[in-house]
Amino acid sequence: MTDALVTLDGVTKTYSGITALDGVGFSIAAGEAVCLAGENGSGKSTLIKILAGVERPDRGKIVFAGKTQGPLNPRLSADAGIKVIFQDFSLFPNLSVAENIAFSAEISHGSRLVRRGRARALAAQTLSRIGVDIPLDVAVETLSVAHKQLVAICRALATKARLIIMDEPTTALTEREVRVLLDIIRRLKADGVAVLFVSHKLAEVLEVCEHVVVLRNGQKVAEGPATEFDAASLTRHMTGRDVAAQPPAPLAENAPVLLRVEGLNKTGIFADVSFDLHAGEVLAVSGLLGSGRTALAKALFGLVAPDGGSIRLNDRGVPLGNPVAAAEAGIGYVPEDRLTEGLFLTQSIVQNIAIGRLDAHGNAAGVLDWRALLGEAGDWLRRLSVKAPDPTAPVRSLSGGNQQRVVLARWMARSPKVLILNGPSVGVDVGSKAEIHGIIADLAASGLGVIVISDDLPEVLSTAHRILVMKDGRLVQGFASGQVSETELAHRLAS
Amino acid sequence: MSNSPAISRLLASTEGRLAVIAVAVFVFMSLLSPDKFLSAQNMTSMAFQFPEFAILALAMTITMLTGGIDLSVVGIANLSAIIAAMILTQVTGSGDGAGVLMMAYAAAMCVGLLAGLCNGILVALLGLPPILATLGSGLIFTGIAIALTGGSAMMGFPPATAWIGNTTLLGIPTPLIVFVVLAAGISYLLTRTGFGVKLRMYGANPLAARFAAINIDAMLIKVYMLSGALAAIAGMVVMSRANSAKADYGSSYLLLAVLIAVLGGVNPYGGYGRVIGVILAVLSMQFLSSGLNMVGVSNFARELIWGSLLIFVMIVNTWRAKGSRS
Amino acid sequence: MKIDWTRNETLVALVILAFCAAAAASDPGFLSVATLTDLLRGGIVLGIFAVAAMIVLISGGIDVSFTAVAAFTMYVTAMALNAALPGMPWWGALGFGMCVGALLGAINGVLIAIMGLPTLIVTLGTLSIFRGFMLTFIGQKQITTLPPGMREFGRMMLLRGENADGSFYSLHGAFAVTVIVIVLTWFILQRTMLGRQIFAIGGSVESARRIGINVRRVQFFVYVYVGILAGLAGVIHASMARVANPFDLVGLELSVIAAVVLGGARLAGGHGTLTGTILGVALIVLVRNSLIVLGIPSTWQSVAIGLLILIGTGLPAWQAKRAAARSA
Repeated sequence: MTDALVTLDGVTKTYSGITALDGVGFSIAAGEAVCLAGENGSGKSTLIKILAGVERPDRGKIVFAGKTQGPLNPRLSADAGIKVIFQDFSLFPNLSVAENIAFSAEISHGSRLVRRGRARALAAQTLSRIGVDIPLDVAVETLSVAHKQLVAICRALATKARLIIMDEPTTALTEREVRVLLDIIRRLKADGVAVLFVSHKLAEVLEVCEHVVVLRNGQKVAEGPATEFDAASLTRHMTGRDVAAQPPAPLAENAPVLLRVEGLNKTGIFADVSFDLHAGEVLAVSGLLGSGRTALAKALFGLVAPDGGSIRLNDRGVPLGNPVAAAEAGIGYVPEDRLTEGLFLTQSIVQNIAIGRLDAHGNAAGVLDWRALLGEAGDWLRRLSVKAPDPTAPVRSLSGGNQQRVVLARWMARSPKVLILNGPSVGVDVGSKAEIHGIIADLAASGLGVIVISDDLPEVLSTAHRILVMKDGRLVQGFASGQVSETELAHRLAS
Repeated sequence: MSNSPAISRLLASTEGRLAVIAVAVFVFMSLLSPDKFLSAQNMTSMAFQFPEFAILALAMTITMLTGGIDLSVVGIANLSAIIAAMILTQVTGSGDGAGVLMMAYAAAMCVGLLAGLCNGILVALLGLPPILATLGSGLIFTGIAIALTGGSAMMGFPPATAWIGNTTLLGIPTPLIVFVVLAAGISYLLTRTGFGVKLRMYGANPLAARFAAINIDAMLIKVYMLSGALAAIAGMVVMSRANSAKADYGSSYLLLAVLIAVLGGVNPYGGYGRVIGVILAVLSMQFLSSGLNMVGVSNFARELIWGSLLIFVMIVNTWRAKGSRS
Repeated sequence: MKIDWTRNETLVALVILAFCAAAAASDPGFLSVATLTDLLRGGIVLGIFAVAAMIVLISGGIDVSFTAVAAFTMYVTAMALNAALPGMPWWGALGFGMCVGALLGAINGVLIAIMGLPTLIVTLGTLSIFRGFMLTFIGQKQITTLPPGMREFGRMMLLRGENADGSFYSLHGAFAVTVIVIVLTWFILQRTMLGRQIFAIGGSVESARRIGINVRRVQFFVYVYVGILAGLAGVIHASMARVANPFDLVGLELSVIAAVVLGGARLAGGHGTLTGTILGVALIVLVRNSLIVLGIPSTWQSVAIGLLILIGTGLPAWQAKRAAARSA
């Protein structure tokens, strides 16, 4: 391995006792594309942050271009030619498109003064390289999600790179844009640039990468030429199990309609959304990032006020744009971003569960019956088998999977009729993921209507009775479970 | 050595460290001037002094718990005092004026609640940042107080006015009793009621509170109304102690109240804070300034020492938080 | 030219125009050079303060200690120059003040940028410390005999004239300093990478770290720069008032921040323009100086300023809330 551009050896990182990376080592040659595969929570993001110099490893060695690197920092990494497209984009919302694209490059130049012309030229040139047309002077905060992602890609491509790391760079992109990106990756490889590509879209991965490294729970579990892997074997390595996408048990023929959504409409976000949800049914809404799937989910729960349309639960109208009323009507919502939207991280596990039950356990003056609250919360922790040694500890002390179950417990304690789960297994380890899917099946079996919003296609295929495809704010297609394959569905989402 | 775990547990919490500071200051001042500092006269005079700004600190605490702040407390206190003073000076009652005083108190509470309602509406319904909403409304309340009085002090109250600020009950200064009752009430509210849990949770993560279907608007409005009511009570104490009301009384109390709340371990970004911490912070401050006064240190040294104490406690807190993480 | 109605600048400019129109209608003498020079004079110290407060807001922080820095600096400068360096010329006095301010700003900088303490609490604490230290250890009495350099600066005028009615008007030389501060700050913010980095960390500290911006260094610069501006404003204030009163200035901090927010800077960081800040200051000064012209007694002044703050920050906040509901 004399021609390796980057070699990692025994890289280990722990966060407050939890091992995120455990002795991971592999290398990438110049001009090679390596796919880093792994489920959410497998340690991919940590590895990327270490290479980017954002995090420091506890142990292990990083050799770059033949030199063993000391402690990296973002500046050193960037100057060495390591460019990262972060999953959360890491852009500056208040700055213009041109400035965002050129900022790193301008810092690397070391000039003290702003060279507006040079920056704009660089931005324009990079944008035209990937063939998109985004105005240079608008603030990034006003862009659509897909455009933000493209700006993030352009920022990494703007300067001369030796290693480009792409963390889920295609979550918001259409097939056409993805093809352009894959072409660019091929061209970069031809120029001798190494690429570390992270994606859970297996088709993309196998199309451009020569080499595959699979992480699971912080450890490297498989490595080899891409030709040795296929979708099934990759999944097996990532999950540690043979999980063929099993469609759920069929829905009862005469299941009554629970939730009826008609003509829901929000200008510029989604339009003319109508569907029925039956008791005991798991309905998936799938679409790209920015397709309007999250806005729709929020609208069903009242967090977004639609301009028109109606939501009826058990044939009673649910007031629009009012989460308190939606919750009272029996709709629950488990948000996408657990850490910022779902949990009160500094507060106790019990309080995180009890927050929805304070009124039920308070007397007329609002004085709480703490014993009843604790009892109920403890009961749910047991039923969802949350491993929590001390329920009064802050909820941030739990692992991702257990945290997600705490949010689920909060809603289940309110005995909802309809539960909306947005990205139910994002950032959850493999074992918990299967268990959460089990919980979803149990919920449906007990007569709840469940709506799963997800772009994790195996998850969608294995949990949902019915799949609705959302594109540009419209529900464009529906499939019954077992009617559609993963590749077909992937194509429907992004075409 | 056998008690070192107990000590380290005491030092592990903000409140524990504050208790140590309060006791240390007390002991130090007692040693510095034992006959003066420990005298009954000094104890009584301290007990008369701190309740007025301690009550304002309670108001600051509950708004800070939600991640907000109430910069209008002093404005509300003075405006309600002036409304009360107008009643006290213009309505003639019988005897020592106890009946009129009740009327005045009722009016002051109404002013406090109404002012708080305005703040709550600005913050909850119109979405103004609390720091700006209450800064603006505070100017307005002070402005109305100035406009009503032309900026001069109002005096000439019936004797009953002295009750809340200048009398003792069973030998205990009345303002101290008022403060203790309020502090106990707020503490109970924060720890034992759903409202208290909600407001702390909202402060910890407003977005998650919205996603958890908490009725945020109603909660915020109640918080600012409560803050306004506390400010009005503080205004009554100030009016009684000064036996007058003026639009610019207690202007130094605003930053002092913020300082005490933060020193007491209340997280100004919301989500954490305990009444006991605030009480300990108030006591530390009062011991420090009374003690220093006795040994002839100027009033202004208090500001210096308060500020230093605040920064010191913050450094220790941050340092401990970092230490426990790694 | 296209007018952007959603910007704070537009709103504030309109209010200023409306105010002037109303004032001119009730008193034709309002539209005079004297009114203008009074307005400009009132904006000299406030303007420098506002520029300082704006930079901190852009960087995502908040500083409430700058008035104490200014008071401390002007008092120490007057005292030190009287005692040791009476021969120092006016520009030396200003320079001395800037150095003292920079030192005090560096204290904030160390606590915030290096030790990572929250900005509001740190500056709240240093506000008390600076003021308490000055009043305890340096002095509490007004210094009525300023050092010659400051006296000289206090007499400097850019222009003087006589109105038609025989009254005099003048524009103080310090106005030029405010203009220089504004131009220099504009240059730093818009034309240097340092300035862009201030905007960047205000937009997202985490993103800034990830692309290798030295966040600590940028923050440290911000607080030192604010200290320098505050020190400068302090010396100017004393020179113009011809007295160094240690009880002056402190108490203005929140009004200054309000003026800056009125001009469109956001407490959340990343946003703020000099045009907006200047307009915000102009509006506040206008209300302070000229409310009486509209027939509103000056006792209502703080009600008017409070209302302005609520309307000026309330409208955009309300718009933002509606926009968020639209897009979320």
